[in-house]
Amino acid sequence: MRSVGPARRTRPIATAGRLVWYPRRLLKVSEQVRERETRRLDRVVVRFAGDSGDGMQLTGEQFTSETATFGNDLSTLPDFPAEIRAPAGTPAGVSGFQLHFSDHDILTPGDAPDVLVAMNPAALKANLKDLPPGANLIVNTDAFTGGNLKKAGYATDPLTDGTLDPYLVHRVPLTSMTINAVHAAEETAGSVNKKEAERAKNMFALGLMSWLYHRPTEGTVGFLEKKFAKRPEIAAANIAAFRAGFNYGETTESFTVTYEVAPARMKSGTYRRITGNLALSYGLIAAGELTGLPVFLGSYPITPASDILHELSKHKRFGVRTFQAEDEIAGIGAALGASFGGSLGITTTSGPGVALKSETIGLAVSLELPLVVVDIQRGGPSTGLPTKTEQADLLQAMFGRNGEAPVPIVAPRSPGDCFDAAVEAARLATKYRTPVFLLSDGYLANGSEPWLLPKREALPDLTVAFTTEPNHTGPKGPEFWPYLRDPETLARPWAVPGTPGLEHRIGGIEKSDGQGNISYDPANHDRMVRLRAAKVAGIANDIPPLEVEDPSGQARVLVLGWGSTYGPIAAGCRRVRAKGLHVAQAHLRHLNPFPANTGEILRSYDKVLIPEMNLGQLRTLIRAEFLVDAIGYNQVRGLPFKAAELAGVLEDVINQ
Amino acid sequence: MSTVNGKAEEPAGASGRRAPTVADFTTGQEVRWCPGCGDHAILSTMRGLLPALGVAPENTVVVSGIGCSSRLPYYLDTYGIHSIHGRAPSFATGISINRPDLSVWVVTGDGDALAIGGNHLIHALRRNVNLKILLLNNEIYGLTKGQASPTSKVGTIGPSSPFGSLDNPFNPVALALGAGATFVARTIDSDRRHLTATLTAAAAHKGAALVEIRQGCPTFSAIPRQGGRGAAQAAPAEPDNPGAPEHGPIRLSPGLPIVFGSNEQWGVIRDPSTGELGIGHGGDSRVVVHDPGTQNSTYAYALARLAETSLAEPPIGVYRSVSQPSFDQLYQERLATARPGGRGDLGTLLKGTDSWVHAG
Repeated sequence: MRSVGPARRTRPIATAGRLVWYPRRLLKVSEQVRERETRRLDRVVVRFAGDSGDGMQLTGEQFTSETATFGNDLSTLPDFPAEIRAPAGTPAGVSGFQLHFSDHDILTPGDAPDVLVAMNPAALKANLKDLPPGANLIVNTDAFTGGNLKKAGYATDPLTDGTLDPYLVHRVPLTSMTINAVHAAEETAGSVNKKEAERAKNMFALGLMSWLYHRPTEGTVGFLEKKFAKRPEIAAANIAAFRAGFNYGETTESFTVTYEVAPARMKSGTYRRITGNLALSYGLIAAGELTGLPVFLGSYPITPASDILHELSKHKRFGVRTFQAEDEIAGIGAALGASFGGSLGITTTSGPGVALKSETIGLAVSLELPLVVVDIQRGGPSTGLPTKTEQADLLQAMFGRNGEAPVPIVAPRSPGDCFDAAVEAARLATKYRTPVFLLSDGYLANGSEPWLLPKREALPDLTVAFTTEPNHTGPKGPEFWPYLRDPETLARPWAVPGTPGLEHRIGGIEKSDGQGNISYDPANHDRMVRLRAAKVAGIANDIPPLEVEDPSGQARVLVLGWGSTYGPIAAGCRRVRAKGLHVAQAHLRHLNPFPANTGEILRSYDKVLIPEMNLGQLRTLIRAEFLVDAIGYNQVRGLPFKAAELAGVLEDVINQ
Repeated sequence: MSTVNGKAEEPAGASGRRAPTVADFTTGQEVRWCPGCGDHAILSTMRGLLPALGVAPENTVVVSGIGCSSRLPYYLDTYGIHSIHGRAPSFATGISINRPDLSVWVVTGDGDALAIGGNHLIHALRRNVNLKILLLNNEIYGLTKGQASPTSKVGTIGPSSPFGSLDNPFNPVALALGAGATFVARTIDSDRRHLTATLTAAAAHKGAALVEIRQGCPTFSAIPRQGGRGAAQAAPAEPDNPGAPEHGPIRLSPGLPIVFGSNEQWGVIRDPSTGELGIGHGGDSRVVVHDPGTQNSTYAYALARLAETSLAEPPIGVYRSVSQPSFDQLYQERLATARPGGRGDLGTLLKGTDSWVHAG
């Protein structure tokens, strides 16, 4: 949290605030008026942490929503355990939500929090290591009981043993104040018990944080009214807690400074806040509109991809069909069957599901039908880290099939970019009649950012034309040859059932070039393998060239990335350049095939650095294809890279 | 089938197209099954049956998995997919949901449907997907050269079980009934008339129809079966034993008492105290009248298991045929009712409810 200047102004409490409620019994506002400093910052990182049942994701989401409404640029990082309710009060059950917001464009959810809200000792224990000295720390003192300290693994009370000395600690009896506020509110009188009142403590924390950072609050009140529309007394309890938290900030002596982060200067247009999985879902719906095909999703629940199944199942008004199958294999099978029938077949999963779908992806390669395979990568191998991010499925997507079975691969770089990447995956799938991998990951899936809404007219026309006439003349007259290819794209014709005269059988057995009948002929197999490979390789001529960002034009080191590492890499580059060093950045959207100019670019730098959240999978591909001795920087901690960390690595490589 | 030939000469109504013939459903691909395999008879029956159904070749899709039986789509001039082992019901489900206008068939075998593909089969049945599933059961893995399959009898000798198989076989009809199938039938490859009648009934059923077609494997069958072939025929006659092979399989006919034997001297009787089915004399007042339309599948299930204790061959015919909404029908209804207000607008969707404008 860098201060961009000295105290810019002061404001009298309870008069200058955007929203001040006059509480009923808690405060006497008129007596509280005094001067308090407001400090203007260019960016802030906040983190909410509590037990899985404390509602930290909702709190973070709502703070983010307020921040988006205010007009800051932002980036979020939810971090939660795989268990729905891990043992309460233990570090294993801690759920966190980090938000980075700013008055300029930012690229990551932030390396370290400037302020941490810790709802219990376990949340403190799990997050304190990330908190830099001098940062604000808001602790719920009510939760620091002997039992909770023991569950968190504290031998002594960190509130009193000096552990927290390096921080700006705000001790807030959050639980008891929430209960008092709820019970004091007229709307809830008698209708909300103590446990229900206590559950609103996350809204007290949200209210306090909203006050501290001058967030607009109307949206939250409306959100709570809507969320609890069926239980107005619970809505009232949460609103009372939210307001009490806000007012507590106004009156307490603990906060001598509040913070302002001005709205960011962003490209003009209409924005919304969007997560990667939502953007990806919308991209698939848009692909249906753009291709003119009904969207069909065959899927099986798996973290962190299930949100896409949930989202698409809502949109029957767009003709979107979803099918929750009996397993991963049936999910993709139904999708491929749908494509055979003339729909845009899609399946969504994560790494373990891809393993199960591999045989069907191979069949799709052989059938040469459109299919979008969405892999929201998570930590592996096996079950791995279901709720944590990783990008270690690249080689699985590239090679995880028997035989020579090339599949194009597309990867988004940010949550909002998931929309465009989904449209691109559908474009390649339908144009080239091929399965296409869309490799997102857990960080993009759940992370969010402001998204500039695309204009309908700016989206590509992907209209698909089915084949309706015979394409060959045989000895007995017109015939339909299902493997007679388009000479330019090498795509085969797509004739759907219901089209008279074009009846044909396709299968996983090798078929003769053109006619498509079963063929075990050696020369034909060699030709078909090469044709399928050439078709995918040819996509390189149909995608944009790899772009390099090198503001000074003097860089000798290129940092190459793919997927969700774009933000941290770009942020790391900015830091390095701010020190006067030179570095070039390129980021791959297409991983198979690579853009046509990739080799040329790689060879024009002295060093190529490839940071990845795996042990060097892109680096393996780059070395194999271009004979470039790329340097790897790799970590698999289930978390995105930090900008400072990458800046350090970049400096080392530049200075070596 | 005589009506089929008659129909072939007639124009097909308003479209002006002539009605499809056997030739319209026959491809130029060379048929590559062993001589004497029941698959030939099944293919021939299908080629005769499909034109009689009045569905045009272009509106018929046949999906198969892997195995001898799964080659069948290549020989039928319809749309078809020869897919991967065990997964045919999943592809067919995707087709049926999206294209309720099509007649979708699945051709599978005992290994394909009941071993590697068991999961897909039971789920297609429980969902009542509008598929006609032909399960060609020869009780052996033919294409991989004679290993025991999930329907092989205990003790089957094969290359992977040289001392005899140990595992109990599935009863495909009982399994389908357990999965909630709305149409379950059993027939045999060697009786063209029965095969045709059974497949015709399956085709007329709206929803999932499973037809087990029992057949011999001339190359690998460890236990030759079915009256007219192999060891069973050579066995000494046992007129006093209702389970003797010479009586042939019981033939189930809706509304008729279940009696069998050359003089209908045997019958299926229900024990009034336990409800269980057994074999008794044909004149017994307790002889069961066959009713495949019973909603409760307990009766059909008991019938399906009859052969396991007292008969050489299981009964053939339609075990269960009940009417329930098919999955594609429910799906289309949901699609229609879930979108009041007509087609969605992409711009409105993308904008959502919490967008904001940056003036720049």
